[in-house]
Amino acid sequence: MGIDLPLIWFLIIGFGVMMYVITDGFDLGIGILFPFIRDREHRDTMVNTVAPVWDGNETWLVLGGAGLMAAFPKVYAILLSALYLPALGLLAGLIWRGVSFEFRFKADEAHKPFWDRAFMSGSFAAAFFQGVILGAFIEGHQIVDGAATNGVMGWLTLFNVFCGLGVVVAYALLGATWLVYKTEGPLQASIIRAATPITLATVVTMLVVSIWTPMTHPAIFERWFSLPNFWFFLPVPLLVLLATWAILRSLRGEPHAGPFVWSLVLVFLGYTGLVISIWPYVLPPSLTLWDAAGPPESLGFALVGALFIIPFILGYSAWSYYVFRGKVKVGEGYH
Amino acid sequence: MSGLTALELARIQFGFTVTFHIVFPAITIGLAAFLAMLEGLWLWKKDDAYLDLYHFWSKIFAVNFAMGVVSGLVMAYQFGTNWSFYSQFAGSITGPLLTYEVLTAFFLEAGFLGVMLFGWHKVGRGLHFFATVMVAVGTMISATWILASNSWMQTPQGHEVVNGVVIPVDWLAIIFNPSFPYRLAHMVTAAMLSTALFVGASGAWHLLKGNKTPAVKRMFSMALWMLLFTAPLQVLIGDVHGLNTLKHQPAKIAAVEGHWANVPGEGVPLILFGLPDMDAETTRFKVEIPRLASLILTHSLDGQIAGLKDFPREDRPNATVLFWSFRVMVGLGLLMVLLGGWGAWVRWRGRLYQSPMLARFALWMGPSGLIALLAGWYVTEIGRQPWVVYGLMRTKDAVSEHSAMTLSIGLVVLVVMYLGIFGTGIGYMLRLVRKGPQPHEPHPVDIADNQRPARPLSAVDESLYCAPNTTH
Repeated sequence: MGIDLPLIWFLIIGFGVMMYVITDGFDLGIGILFPFIRDREHRDTMVNTVAPVWDGNETWLVLGGAGLMAAFPKVYAILLSALYLPALGLLAGLIWRGVSFEFRFKADEAHKPFWDRAFMSGSFAAAFFQGVILGAFIEGHQIVDGAATNGVMGWLTLFNVFCGLGVVVAYALLGATWLVYKTEGPLQASIIRAATPITLATVVTMLVVSIWTPMTHPAIFERWFSLPNFWFFLPVPLLVLLATWAILRSLRGEPHAGPFVWSLVLVFLGYTGLVISIWPYVLPPSLTLWDAAGPPESLGFALVGALFIIPFILGYSAWSYYVFRGKVKVGEGYH
Repeated sequence: MSGLTALELARIQFGFTVTFHIVFPAITIGLAAFLAMLEGLWLWKKDDAYLDLYHFWSKIFAVNFAMGVVSGLVMAYQFGTNWSFYSQFAGSITGPLLTYEVLTAFFLEAGFLGVMLFGWHKVGRGLHFFATVMVAVGTMISATWILASNSWMQTPQGHEVVNGVVIPVDWLAIIFNPSFPYRLAHMVTAAMLSTALFVGASGAWHLLKGNKTPAVKRMFSMALWMLLFTAPLQVLIGDVHGLNTLKHQPAKIAAVEGHWANVPGEGVPLILFGLPDMDAETTRFKVEIPRLASLILTHSLDGQIAGLKDFPREDRPNATVLFWSFRVMVGLGLLMVLLGGWGAWVRWRGRLYQSPMLARFALWMGPSGLIALLAGWYVTEIGRQPWVVYGLMRTKDAVSEHSAMTLSIGLVVLVVMYLGIFGTGIGYMLRLVRKGPQPHEPHPVDIADNQRPARPLSAVDESLYCAPNTTH
């Protein structure tokens, strides 16, 4: 047997989704934090911190969609159809956010509040529906005749709504710590004050999901709590506690990049926990990544392009972050 | 609630979103080529009017590109949300082709768009020109992937169907399927024509306002040159594309012609106007020219083509829609040829910038390229029905099992949002057009010099609204 193409694509798409969650996470987080920052100049500064990079961050989501269709057409087809309404909410939120992001810079004073509200509501909706989709993904789909049996409103469960709010809080954390890193003065001070409760809320949400999921899914319970798995996976929750402590500690004094880096670690650990819970399923509990993969002719063909261009996208993104490194000052800006 | 079936609603949703989307990439393709031409001419002739035009149109290009990216996001997910069984059946072909399109687009944006819009002070003139040319080439490569994917659905080959799923066997055969070269040529030319008409109308508007700067005259003149050569070329390409369609999808041509049945031994008339009636299996109120369709389609006076009655009822595309969409496209195409010819004549008389009649005609023809382009897409897509993959899978078997209620909600959300957002965006582009090319406009600020963010829309600093913005 040669190269395990489905596994390679699982890693590529998994990497893409993670890049998306981390990078667009703090973009969306800024919109979610908007209601707490009233000052116009402060709001402009917040948006300016991500202005150079936000659309590149969204790249990963488009690539994820096309890559998923190429590599795992069954997951793309069945999951998106089952989650028609939340997917629509997510796309509408992203479009709304994306356009208002640009238009608020070009709007006159009379129209600016409108585009500010659009930016807030779009960011919130995009984050919330991502969480709902995550929750529904974990809750699982039974498949009969090529379609999930969950029903059109099957996604509307307490668990999924909780996951939706959880992602909103987690993105708020990424956004807040990003702003601690990228801003200074009174704006940074007010963000630092907000960051501690947001951190605690994020960790509590993660804990609740971590308890709720194994309680309702025996297979996931088995994965984590049977021996010797328990000892292998124990570092994950321990590192979560460590990261939380590190965020809270680095927020004291004169914080810089510390809280953001540790927030990234925290989100990465949450992502790791998810992969541990569902592996090797890409549509739990019905399809493993090998069941769902398209024909090798498709995976191989698409892989050539992906391997050629993804490093290029990574390099370009890194260059953008490098060019726009450093603090963004209030009033300095982008028109 | 609306009386439409779930299948019809799903088709309307796809048609609506793709109709909005396609306008932006079409103008992107055309403007990118136009910008490359302007910069090349500027470097060659050292005439600053070309540079002024470059700066002017690159702003409109930037807004248009951003709109295309945003509207494209929905397209990347819609095959899954609405066409689940299609994606399971043929995702193995469409998925990789779309992946290549996305990768090409991002490669382009990452690599060259930034240099083109913001790199004036960063790179030399030659390298900047190279970036502009690469953006133009890149938009066409992007179009190539999408049209390969679409054309495979029209004339599929290079695959096997195993256990109800398409397995790609020969990627070269899949990409270079029989209708692909014709569709690609027809679409790229349509994009050029649409852009030329848009540019020409912008020039005409300024001429009519008495704003006869060298740059305005130059763009009006270039647009009319473009039309003079490209509009007749498009007629020829359309003709061979039609013959290709006759060979591979004869039912589509029969519907386009409103042709139901042959009279033995007699040529097929060209029906100029009429109303095909799908239930009565006839075309009402027809005005026809004997044997002309035979001449056009078979190049002989008594050649015959299949009529719609030669196909089972359930295999016939909707002739009423096809017949009229086709005539809108062809009628506008002929008007474009007329505008090009008239422009050449007035130019020869030396009154190109003094003829209000010509300017008014060019102004009214501004949107005609895009309307013809959309009408053409309706012909080819609605003409593929009832198949989603011609001869392999029916559209009714491709659609996700959503209720009409769910789809109605989706459609309402999309319509409201699209009209609001893209209405604002298009209004913004028209405002930029109205401002007109400014002489000796400075290059856009270089990003690395002052750490400014650079996305396509950053290239534009005009206010979104009409009121002058005094805040920056």
